[in-house]
Amino acid sequence: MGEVKQGKIEIAHVSREIPPQEKLFVPGIVEGLGATVRHFFKNVFGGKDKYTQTIEYPDVKVEYPHRFRGMHRLVPREDGAPRCVACFMCQTACPARCIHIVAGETEDHNIEKFPVVFEIDELRCVVCGLCVEACPCDAIRMDSGFHPKPVYSRDDADFGKSDLLAVLGRDEAKSGGVRDKTAPPATAAGTGRVDRADGDGGAGGAAGGYEHAH
Amino acid sequence: MGAYFPYLWQLLCIGVMLLLCVGLAGPLTWAERRQSAMIQDRVGPNRAGLSLFGKNYTAFGLLHPLADAIKMITKEDTINARADRFLYNIAPFVALLPALVTFAVIPFGPDVVIDGQRYGMQVARIDAGIVYIFAVSSLAVFGVTLAGYASASKLAMLGGLRASAQMISYEVTMGLSIMGLVLIWGTLEPNAMVVEQGHHFGGWLPAWGIFVQPLSFIIFLTAAIAENKRVPFDLAEGESEIVGYFVEYSGMKFGMFFMAEYIEVIVIAGLTTTLFFGGWQVPYLMDAHAHGALTEAGFVFPWGTVWQIGDLAATVIRFGAFVFKLLFFCWFQLMIRWTLPRFRYDQVMVLGWRRLLPLSLVNLVVTAAVVLALQ
Repeated sequence: MGEVKQGKIEIAHVSREIPPQEKLFVPGIVEGLGATVRHFFKNVFGGKDKYTQTIEYPDVKVEYPHRFRGMHRLVPREDGAPRCVACFMCQTACPARCIHIVAGETEDHNIEKFPVVFEIDELRCVVCGLCVEACPCDAIRMDSGFHPKPVYSRDDADFGKSDLLAVLGRDEAKSGGVRDKTAPPATAAGTGRVDRADGDGGAGGAAGGYEHAH
Repeated sequence: MGAYFPYLWQLLCIGVMLLLCVGLAGPLTWAERRQSAMIQDRVGPNRAGLSLFGKNYTAFGLLHPLADAIKMITKEDTINARADRFLYNIAPFVALLPALVTFAVIPFGPDVVIDGQRYGMQVARIDAGIVYIFAVSSLAVFGVTLAGYASASKLAMLGGLRASAQMISYEVTMGLSIMGLVLIWGTLEPNAMVVEQGHHFGGWLPAWGIFVQPLSFIIFLTAAIAENKRVPFDLAEGESEIVGYFVEYSGMKFGMFFMAEYIEVIVIAGLTTTLFFGGWQVPYLMDAHAHGALTEAGFVFPWGTVWQIGDLAATVIRFGAFVFKLLFFCWFQLMIRWTLPRFRYDQVMVLGWRRLLPLSLVNLVVTAAVVLALQ
């Protein structure tokens, strides 16, 4: 490289001649073969040291990170009905407009509304998680830990209420869904609040508000 | 032994030859893909397999060639409307045949004596075996040129032209590179050449072709790979640009060109083994008459240890050694193919005519002078 001096640029003359040892090709070929042979043997016989990083997906599966947003699910109340109160928050928040809710009225004055239809078109879903953020009742979550299953027709990608209820969370006990019927509610029915083990705040409180419904 | 035994033996030899040629060509297509994957830190084809009794057997994907064959045979066979149908149809056969019959003169084991008769492990023992090899392998250029010409496609035409120029250029070099060995051993018969490689220089260095003519080995291998139109000399194909002389072919006709290439890989491996790496010879393994300390075939090591193993065991070991060397050079050719980048067309011609041809001529003259001086 030429050195830059005050007021003057020095130009370095670089020879484009191929040095004779490279014209012979043989040393270069031997060097190249050395690299490929090293990779070949390390990948075939190297065991754990091999260069190949490929994870052979259907046979070997990677554990997704804890906060991975997967297939949606509806969180049930103790009686098995979804916690959803058909408030349309998630449908409004959804940028892909993939959530379709039809609200109905319940006998229960504490709950007032429930979803007659709750459909998510998983083909349209952009997996942004805004529905989970929007839900005041912690009724919709994406903590199932797996992808929506592949389908044969577009209609099959519309997952209904019962489908979404059937999906289980990956780590239910930790995030506080009360599915285990043998576990008693932690607090008095009078306040209608259920304390969460991990105290996940407002959502839990809001959901707990309907706890004495049954 | 019955009177028909010589014919049975001949059929057996042909069977072994076909097993080594055609039987190995399929796995080689798998090996090429799998080996390139291993070199490039990928996994490669490993899925095709059998499902038996509810269990899947993939065997590292060794059944991929079978799946490929089924795919190729069941594919539609398209013919360009303006193609010369007769030449177009015959070209794959013309390309495949020379590759198949070249192996006939390569010996894959030592002579065996059964009932006092000598039988060679070789399909055809022709006195001018080396000449036969060059005569037949030069026919391969017809298949390629016909395919390029009959396809009525400009890209195929270009590929065919490139291939014919390249194959004719390297034919000369390839022939001349071996002439040195012919001068030294004084024979054109491959099995006699292998027998010549059985002794040892100074008792320890096998008299293999590579130690007698190292330069000729490099020239021969280069010319042979160029002859087979594989990377780094794959201008006739040029996968990234003109696709080549078989661009219009589909189905099993394309598969035959493909097969011809891999059979030629095996033939080149066989030739390299026979001419430069002692064929079926195993270092220090000698016949009884070759060494005073032996009463039957066995090893005589340079440090004086003698280990007699018997004629049958020696034959089996020698056949195994040939197959091992054959496989090694198949592997080595694939290794070269995935190591080197492609030459430009003019570079190939310069390398062929202005580097390798003079070099092989010089090699031949020097060898002739030395042989004359030592006489």
